[in-house]
Amino acid sequence: MSDSTETQPDFVPANIAHHPRRTDVDPKAAKRAERQVATMFVLAALLILASVAAYVLIPVDAGVAVPLMGPIGALNAALGLSLGLGILLIGLGAIQWARKLMPGTEVVAMRHEMRSSDEARADAVEAFDRGLADSGFAQRPLIRRTLIGAMLVLPLPLVVLLRDLYTAPEGAPSPVEQLEETIWEPGVRIVTDVTGNPIKAEDVPVGGLVAAVPANLHEVEEEDGNLNARAKAPIILVRMAPDEIVSQQAPREGEAWDYQGILAYSKICTHVGCPIALYEQRTHHLLCPCHQSTFALADSGNVVFGPAARQMPQLPITVDDEGYLVAVSDFQQPVGPSFWERS
Amino acid sequence: MSVVQETGGKAAGWTDDRLGESNFIRRSLNKVFPDHWSFMLGEIALYSFIVILLTGVYLTLWFKPSMIEVVYDGSYAPLKGVKMSESMASTLDISFDVRGGLLIRQIHHMAALFFVAAIAIHMMRVFFTGAFRKPREMNWVIGVVLFLLAIAAGFSGYSLPDDLLSGTGLRITQGIIQASPVIGTWLSFLIFDGEFPGTAFIPRLYSVHILLIPGLILALVTAHLMMVWYQKHTQFPGPGRTNENVVGYPLMPVYMAKAGGFFFVVFGMLVALAGLIQINPIWAYGPYMPDQVTAGSQPDWYVGFLDGALRLMPPWEIVAFGYTLSLNLIIPAMVLAPVLLVLVGAYPWIERYALGRDTGEHHLLDRPRNAPTRTALGVAMVTFYIVLMIGGGNDIIAYNFDLSFNTMIRVLQVLLFVGPVVAFIVTKRLCLSLQRRDRDLLLHGRETGRVLRLPSGEFLEIHEEVDEESKAKILAKPDIEPLALPEAVDDSGVVNPTSRKQRRRSRWSRFFFTDNVPLPSDEELTEARKHIDHELDDAVEAGSKAAKEISEH
Repeated sequence: MSDSTETQPDFVPANIAHHPRRTDVDPKAAKRAERQVATMFVLAALLILASVAAYVLIPVDAGVAVPLMGPIGALNAALGLSLGLGILLIGLGAIQWARKLMPGTEVVAMRHEMRSSDEARADAVEAFDRGLADSGFAQRPLIRRTLIGAMLVLPLPLVVLLRDLYTAPEGAPSPVEQLEETIWEPGVRIVTDVTGNPIKAEDVPVGGLVAAVPANLHEVEEEDGNLNARAKAPIILVRMAPDEIVSQQAPREGEAWDYQGILAYSKICTHVGCPIALYEQRTHHLLCPCHQSTFALADSGNVVFGPAARQMPQLPITVDDEGYLVAVSDFQQPVGPSFWERS
Repeated sequence: MSVVQETGGKAAGWTDDRLGESNFIRRSLNKVFPDHWSFMLGEIALYSFIVILLTGVYLTLWFKPSMIEVVYDGSYAPLKGVKMSESMASTLDISFDVRGGLLIRQIHHMAALFFVAAIAIHMMRVFFTGAFRKPREMNWVIGVVLFLLAIAAGFSGYSLPDDLLSGTGLRITQGIIQASPVIGTWLSFLIFDGEFPGTAFIPRLYSVHILLIPGLILALVTAHLMMVWYQKHTQFPGPGRTNENVVGYPLMPVYMAKAGGFFFVVFGMLVALAGLIQINPIWAYGPYMPDQVTAGSQPDWYVGFLDGALRLMPPWEIVAFGYTLSLNLIIPAMVLAPVLLVLVGAYPWIERYALGRDTGEHHLLDRPRNAPTRTALGVAMVTFYIVLMIGGGNDIIAYNFDLSFNTMIRVLQVLLFVGPVVAFIVTKRLCLSLQRRDRDLLLHGRETGRVLRLPSGEFLEIHEEVDEESKAKILAKPDIEPLALPEAVDDSGVVNPTSRKQRRRSRWSRFFFTDNVPLPSDEELTEARKHIDHELDDAVEAGSKAAKEISEH
């Protein structure tokens, strides 16, 4: 081994039984392997060029029907297949080349212990200690402590500078207050979320569910330029026979928040805020599609299953002079997921 | 000497005069890499990441990370005239109007799925073979952090198009942030610049997705690979392979061709899949509206376990002194994942605590059966993860198999705790059985399938000694003795002050190493070889004797 150290210092052929490959002993087989590899590379080049042709020739909106898969985008499929197979063939060619024609014998290299020698370790410690002593870091506590102090306050501005990630608009209430209110106000009409038409009591069938929003939603959205109101205001209306209603969220005895058996609940799940629209009319259960929290709408919107801890907030409703459903007030508790300041 | 070699040589000479890199190059080109299919898992992760970077750069040329509302006017007819964010509209443009844009988008997303999956499976390989042991503990920790970053990269990426599915995912994330103790409300307001959804979040997420996270991943991947390079790759036991050497193929040319070729194989597969398989069809979901959701919405697979944790958690919430502590969100989303990650990251030291002594460097991999407690702990962990993941898809499963999702949640809640225990016990028993089989193979040889019938009517199967390769594999098993219980008081009556500490450590050590089927001793092996050889001799002798008797008659 000592002789070979000059040229190959790191490895020697492994002393392991090695079965020669066909390509090692038969020049014809080697020639064949060479041709295979070259063919793959040629095909790869052709396929990659074909992908450029596909880019030029196939319109972006052309479709092609594939058995079992249905219609797919022709350009996407052509590009993907030609480019994909082309790239794949470069890889397969290289691997075939390595497996058939490059040396097939394993070699051995020796490992070296990761640990440095004791001498090197001692030298390092010594160098460090000398540097430490020369700097006077240990001997001059005044410098040391003031430096540490300066470094300790340095992160402060880095954090403080993040404060204006939230810039409250002029006159905006505090975050907690914002979370506690929605755009529902006394007398605001309840309109369907798709057409925006106001709803009369007879429009809500018994056993049916109507998704609704406040009439002023679009106005507010235009004004705010965002969808924030829509993340809290949506409600669902359900109607049940008055004797099916077990309880409501109205705080006082004899007070009812329904209108002729029509109950309005927030549509936003109290777990993490998914909108809910799966209603089982037989049990009057409302099911969240995200994490399967289930709320009993006939019983104050209480949680009957799942990870949500809070009942669904109920919106007190009535009708206006023209007989359209309106809100009596805003929700009496915050809508959506819990937060720390919520009692 | 060809022209190429000549110019190449000149160029190399020029740089070596200035950088002196020849020493490094010489050592590097001769670097030996051991071969095993499982060593390619990490490569798949690396190559997927490269593909993600390449395609990601293309996407940035067309994508507009903006929540400004626009009216879609692209060529996808069903959404024409629909209001949506610029983010969604530009993603639709990439998908329908930019030629090849859909392919790039689909490669990017497909590669991201592969990236996280490859990391997860690569981690399992490293764990079950004990490749995380000294001197590679640091690289294990880097790997765990990379796994976390890969999930963050994936999640931040699929949240960008602002379609209905990703918006729902963001809403859930926001709900969790808002539920953080003490700072939740403010944290959420800072991140979203006010209430959800606002108009600031997607541009912010964009810089996290294309700069912060990939930058960190790139830095850590570099460190990861440099350590693999410097410490040399581990190898499986086999003939000629020891803890002091590495047996395999040299970088130049074999490994370079194989690994380089494999990059193109992974790349090509991803491109071909992206051409054939539709992934994340945002046009089918539509733009995000906070009051809309589709039933059966599912995140990308790697987020599934967290979603499952949210679903399996009981509705616990503490309200006290006018404040709310949402345990139903804090435990699954903020406690569980960090605890799991820390446990996984700290595992090398957990096992080392049981070993209790400096064991030197480990370059020879364990076969999973030879570390039964580790293997069983790993399988228990995987079981825990899988139960959570099933929980994440419980509505889909319940719907397709006509089950009650309520019952399913209850069953999964129980399984989350029982499953890992059962998995641990079963795995450990299986490992010990396999150890016993290995021992039998050494002592009784391999069944040859050749059955002899002796003149006495007795049947005998000929056993042969196992081949060198299997023998080397089996004999590489380390037999580790658990740490003995310390004496509380020694012979001369002196109380051992650290005996309680040692006792705890000894208990942990026995938990790890007590059940072990030791390898046969040298005497037993010699005896066994004699026995195996004689079995055949005896049979042949008996046979010839019988033949002789017959011929004499």
